[in-house]
Amino acid sequence: MVELTLPKNSKIGKGKRHAAPAGAKRIKSFRVYRYDPDGGGNPTWDTYDVDVDACGPMVLDVLLHIKNTMDATLTFRRSCREGVCGSCAMNIGGRNTLACTHGWEDVPGKEITISPLPHQPVVKDLVPDLTIFYAQYASIEPWLHTTTPTPQTEWRQSEAERAKLDGLYECILCACCSTSCPSYWWNGDKYLGPAALLQAQRWLADSRDEATGERLDDLEDPFKLYRCHTIMNCAQVCPKGLNPAEAIAEIKAALVERVT
Amino acid sequence: MAAYTFVDHKFDVVVVGAGGSGLRAALGCAEAGLKTACITKVFPTRSHTVAAQGGISASLGNMGQDDWRWHMYDTVKGSDWLGDQDAIEYMVRHAPAAVYELEHWGVPFSRTAEGKIYQRAFGGMTRNYGEAPIQRTCAAADRTGHAMLHTMYGQSLSHAVEFFIEYFALDLIMDEGVVRGVTAWKLDDGTMHRFSAQRVVLATGGYGRAYFSCTSAHTCTGDGGGMALRAGLPLQDMEFVQFHPTGIYGAGCLITEGARGEGGYLTNSEGERFMERYAPSVKDLAPRDMVSRAMTIEIREGRGVGPKKDHIFLHLDHLDPKILAERLPGISETAKIFAGVDVTKEPIPVLPTVHYNMGGIPTNYHGEVVTLAGGDPDRIVPGLMAVGEAACVSVHGANRLGSNSLIDLVVFGRAVGLRCAEELKTGATQPEMKAAWTDPHLARFDRLRYAAGSVSTADLRLEMQLATQEDAAVFRTAETLDSGLSRLAAVQAKRADIKVSDRGLIWNSDLMETLEFENLIVQAIVTVAGAVNRTESRGAHAREDFSSRDDVNWMKHTLAWLDDATGAVRLDYRPVHAYTMTNDVAYIPPKARVY
Repeated sequence: MVELTLPKNSKIGKGKRHAAPAGAKRIKSFRVYRYDPDGGGNPTWDTYDVDVDACGPMVLDVLLHIKNTMDATLTFRRSCREGVCGSCAMNIGGRNTLACTHGWEDVPGKEITISPLPHQPVVKDLVPDLTIFYAQYASIEPWLHTTTPTPQTEWRQSEAERAKLDGLYECILCACCSTSCPSYWWNGDKYLGPAALLQAQRWLADSRDEATGERLDDLEDPFKLYRCHTIMNCAQVCPKGLNPAEAIAEIKAALVERVT
Repeated sequence: MAAYTFVDHKFDVVVVGAGGSGLRAALGCAEAGLKTACITKVFPTRSHTVAAQGGISASLGNMGQDDWRWHMYDTVKGSDWLGDQDAIEYMVRHAPAAVYELEHWGVPFSRTAEGKIYQRAFGGMTRNYGEAPIQRTCAAADRTGHAMLHTMYGQSLSHAVEFFIEYFALDLIMDEGVVRGVTAWKLDDGTMHRFSAQRVVLATGGYGRAYFSCTSAHTCTGDGGGMALRAGLPLQDMEFVQFHPTGIYGAGCLITEGARGEGGYLTNSEGERFMERYAPSVKDLAPRDMVSRAMTIEIREGRGVGPKKDHIFLHLDHLDPKILAERLPGISETAKIFAGVDVTKEPIPVLPTVHYNMGGIPTNYHGEVVTLAGGDPDRIVPGLMAVGEAACVSVHGANRLGSNSLIDLVVFGRAVGLRCAEELKTGATQPEMKAAWTDPHLARFDRLRYAAGSVSTADLRLEMQLATQEDAAVFRTAETLDSGLSRLAAVQAKRADIKVSDRGLIWNSDLMETLEFENLIVQAIVTVAGAVNRTESRGAHAREDFSSRDDVNWMKHTLAWLDDATGAVRLDYRPVHAYTMTNDVAYIPPKARVY
């Protein structure tokens, strides 16, 4: 059944305010979603008044500054800090993006709100549980399927054939797209979502892959694929500038072509 | 102490780490029918292999004639003769097959007009024993590591590798010198786990975060090296830390050497292409240690660029924008985001930045961990293997060549799989776990969880990072290194006074960073201790007070043990292997390293 109000344990309470150090000249407020699974209470919004002159330019720099100097308990994933590992995806100022490549000065508003990727269970603070997202990625069988005997050297692929993978293979599995998609919010257990479908198209488009038919069979499903209603949030938010909606359209087109 | 109970697991092989080498090792073991676990603190595709850009070296000869002997020669010379030539021969001879295997798994390599794998020029890679630069580095645009890691993770999903994702490995389970398994903390529910295995493979990567400014990810905390030291095992050649010439000034993000491989060049404040003076034959494609030194000298002598004259320019603006878009799209984006530079129009401000650890857990070319015991410098540590940046085989010696790390990962990851297949019996009986083996792991974990001292992990980590950054840099002297050593001793002394604020068990990242700091500090100490001790200049270790290489006294690997409680370091040595693997190639005797 659809729940139109949040369950009681999801109601977000008012949290703590962490003041900027004395003498800070330029202060910016960051309102951050907090949830402590060990504590057992409801989530809260904590506010950090950050001395931004002591920070680097990115939202991740601000979060690291908070963790290192204001509140060591604040928890978020991060790794490469240059937009290739996909760890620090979160919702910043109402938009899914990577904290490491998003400048805090580019976020509009007096106060910047930071919360976990939407519509995923929250493990702690800004750390969502992406188990289902990863299982969906695995379900599209993201490896090369071949039946022809493997050559001694490389499979030949022309430059034009290889170019078809551009815009597909660069995905970093950050989940910004899938968790920004209303269709995915509604049917996240059955609809594969833009990230997994972009990867499905990456293997369909690979001239070396010999399982196009099976891959399409597997995707031809009212939920897995056809829950995409071309809302395009995926393409709007992708921090790598990819267009999952276009990839999904190509899969749909391939299914139509197959019938006709 | 709080009560902890272990969830028990039993495997034939447990791999710790899911980067390029860990995934390749796990794949090989699973393919051989061994029950294989892969424990990783981050989801596999977030491992730092993902950030490798330029490519993977192999003498495929797709761009003109090549020979594995030339690749071997370059690697030996690049290592400043500290590399073990049997291991180097093993790597370069298996390199082409390893790259074809990746291609067969689906890595989206860039292509030549004939549809073959595209190869680009890279530093120190030459034709015919140093004659001129060669195109040997196989590339998927400038996202080769990403392409490899995602492909290998996908491939591992088609095999029976059992993943334990977001588990933080704590310590090796030791039974009188034999490794019996590893303990780990599961982040998302806070439970403790005990993995019993016939073999533990440490594929935990480097410890770049021991320095303040590095291209390495936040997660590059050398957890395997820390575990090895705590288990009483030595680390090898830790004084050799590679500075990548082109980290973005300020942010430290990597700009691939492939940028110079595609025709980019460095200039000083006078607009001079200064590398022509330092390496007349290969210029900007000299090995990284030499380019980093040249840049540092230019800056020191007042020819740095920018208002503070403290960095160097990397020019790509003369290259065809079409080539930039096709072959260097990733760094074009990174330069835009982190330096505000349009690479088609302006140069990128760059600075030598800590990038790679040549040192690590000593192994032979099968991936078996070795130590010096009873006069035997190649004594195998039963039950333990290491691979990738965490290991020191040693193929990189005193200085790694660009694109030799990715090939190291897959060649030796594969070697580990082959060795395990050869030596292990699926489901062989393993001894019962004893509480005494793991009580110290839990005690350490609990002590840090409730640490209520006065100095935060972040502050102590910063103190360590500044000490290494300032005192164990591109150029070193006894004075700076001694200063570094005493600053690190001060950090070591404060470990007892550390403060952890979060007492939780679920995703307690404060505690995890503290456990990571514990792994970093011990490696920082042995790094500087080794550097103080090595009174010569070789590869990345450049001593201004001992400016030449000393083959008579220093043609040997440093081994460093550390007492975790006191921070006391003990040093000894292993000989460099002065022989090759087969008779197909002769030992390459040392000579002056000029380019």
